[in-house]
Amino acid sequence: MLYFIYDNTFEGLLTCVFDAFNRREFPQKIVRTDTALPLFTEPFRVITDTDKSERVLNALKKKISHSAVRMLFVDFLSELEGIETVIFRYIQKAVTAKTSIEMNFADADVLELSKIYRKVMREEERVRQFVRFQKTADNIYFAVIEPVYNVLPLTGRFFKTRYADQQWIVYDAKRKYGLFYDLNTVETVCFDSLDISPAGNINPEKLDESELAFRILWKDYLKAVTIRERINLKLQRQYMPVRFWKYLTEKNGE
Amino acid sequence: MDTKIFDKLKILAEAAKFDVSCASSGTTRNNPGKGIGSTSGWGICHSFTEDGRCVSLLKIMLTNCCIYDCAYCANRRSNDIPRTTFSVSELVELTVEFYRRNYIEGLFLSSGIVRNADYTMERMVRVAKDLRTVHKYNGYIHLKSIPGTSRELIAEAGLYADRLSCNIEMPSEESLKLVAPDKNYQSIYTPMSYIQQGFLQGREDRQKYRHALRFAPAGQSTQMIIGASQDSDMKILNLSDALYRRPAMKRVYYSGYIPINTYDTRLPAIAAPPLVRENRLYQADWLMRFYHFKVNEIVNEAHPSLDLDIDPKLSWALRHPEMFPVNVNTADYEMILRVPGIGVKSAKLIVAARRYGRLTSGNLQKIGIVMKRARFFITCNELAANTVHETGPEYIRKALTDSVNPKKRKTNDRQLVIDFGE
Ligand code: SF4
Repeated sequence: MLYFIYDNTFEGLLTCVFDAFNRREFPQKIVRTDTALPLFTEPFRVITDTDKSERVLNALKKKISHSAVRMLFVDFLSELEGIETVIFRYIQKAVTAKTSIEMNFADADVLELSKIYRKVMREEERVRQFVRFQKTADNIYFAVIEPVYNVLPLTGRFFKTRYADQQWIVYDAKRKYGLFYDLNTVETVCFDSLDISPAGNINPEKLDESELAFRILWKDYLKAVTIRERINLKLQRQYMPVRFWKYLTEKNGE
Repeated sequence: MDTKIFDKLKILAEAAKFDVSCASSGTTRNNPGKGIGSTSGWGICHSFTEDGRCVSLLKIMLTNCCIYDCAYCANRRSNDIPRTTFSVSELVELTVEFYRRNYIEGLFLSSGIVRNADYTMERMVRVAKDLRTVHKYNGYIHLKSIPGTSRELIAEAGLYADRLSCNIEMPSEESLKLVAPDKNYQSIYTPMSYIQQGFLQGREDRQKYRHALRFAPAGQSTQMIIGASQDSDMKILNLSDALYRRPAMKRVYYSGYIPINTYDTRLPAIAAPPLVRENRLYQADWLMRFYHFKVNEIVNEAHPSLDLDIDPKLSWALRHPEMFPVNVNTADYEMILRVPGIGVKSAKLIVAARRYGRLTSGNLQKIGIVMKRARFFITCNELAANTVHETGPEYIRKALTDSVNPKKRKTNDRQLVIDFGE
């Protein structure tokens, strides 16, 4: 069994494709560096090379639309087990087919990747919905969130346009990195130690003095607009999954 | 911060809560300089209240003082309730601060009427103007225009607001006059026409000059109360249909009547708001806007009321067995769209996928078609077993009646998601 081992980056995955075609050896599976390999595998360590990944991208763009190429990147961010192998098979089919395969939903891989794409984009939307910023004393708006998929890279542009005149950080507590916007560019940041409560709250002394008042106003607002004749907690949970409540200003402590 | 703001917020949010239009959709406003905010396509729901409704906008009243006495309204003059008024700067600050924390997509401002329509509207416009000009705010703004507002103020409001609305309130003028003696259709339709004219003018100007000012780019919406009068679904949907023919009209909202002023005998005594009927009306509305149904296919003299047990799409299909079964491999898009169990998304997928080869029922299931419903109405070149012709409509109606599954029936579809079980 031939296994390709790659460094868990999208460029690395594309390099796998390049190497496979180059060596005319196609792996049964593509796995991340940290995966324990089963017995009787024949591992091949792929060295990520942006020249190679660029060439694969260019070859792909000749066969499928730009949005289909982007879909593959989005699928990759799902981090689902085995996703690399499905993406690999898709690319293999795409570059060898005469016409674009992207609309062929009767093909299991095409259908599966389009479904995963929708799920990941749904999660990305949820991040845009449920991020809550707290204003700190040094004028940075800070938010913590734990999306199921690694969607932060997809949200940077949105937050940058919307909050162009304020510094902000959106922090993924599960993957331990964040996006930081310094009024010019969005960069990836990691913190050695973060002074936040389990609910993602910053130490009150380090908050802007008006922050707590606006939190209360927001909670009061939501209570006031609830129509008591129509209480429907199930529906609320369906639209606003409980897994996000931990960091929601209005649900803290529930 | 003045601590009175806490009380004001509670009172004036509570006062505004029955206005259903949460949608903040239909505009794109980038953030060209470095101001705050952007608006794009469909608005985002940021939170959901315990009644399951989407919170997208800070929906609030400028004041709950009112000189009118509408029977269905909590803020009517004759009710003895605490009254309060926001200052322009308080509202502006609340909007900006909520927005910066990603609590909301924008502001939806309405108001009780103080002194007269224009006096009130002017204050509302000032809020929008300050947000746009002083704070360089590009988030969403929806202003509700007061019945009887002048052309000048509508013209100014349109410069700052994304959407304007005038509520029609009741599905017929007779019912309106009965419960809201201070209002009439003319005072509602006149500002509605001003908005439409401004919208069309703005669109034309922008075709000529790219930098021409925009006028309420998300158009206008309106709302009516359902179940507070004798008006039939046929009457209601025909009114909606006529409203949708107006070029700037984007949404008609239906609001199931909630008995607030139970002492007022002009209103029907009901135990609970007519939620199922409201949901059916939204479904019918969607059929008109996205499924290419004509209003008289949904309701007509023979069927003036929507069926409460099954959704209007299924109801139409059962009244027209002669149109089925539909062959998904050959039928045109329009007809596939009419199959119960196939939504807009699935219909598009079917049409795209069948170019690569014949679709089987296995493919259909994977694409996301609800076979439980669709199976009675389709063939895919496989053996067509048990279509509506074999079983007869009555069997299907029983099998698919929502009340068989009481849990499903409770769902509250006030928001954008209209579930046909698809
Ligand atoms: S005019 Fe508006 S606020 Fe005043 S009573 Fe009528 S519905 Fe209520």
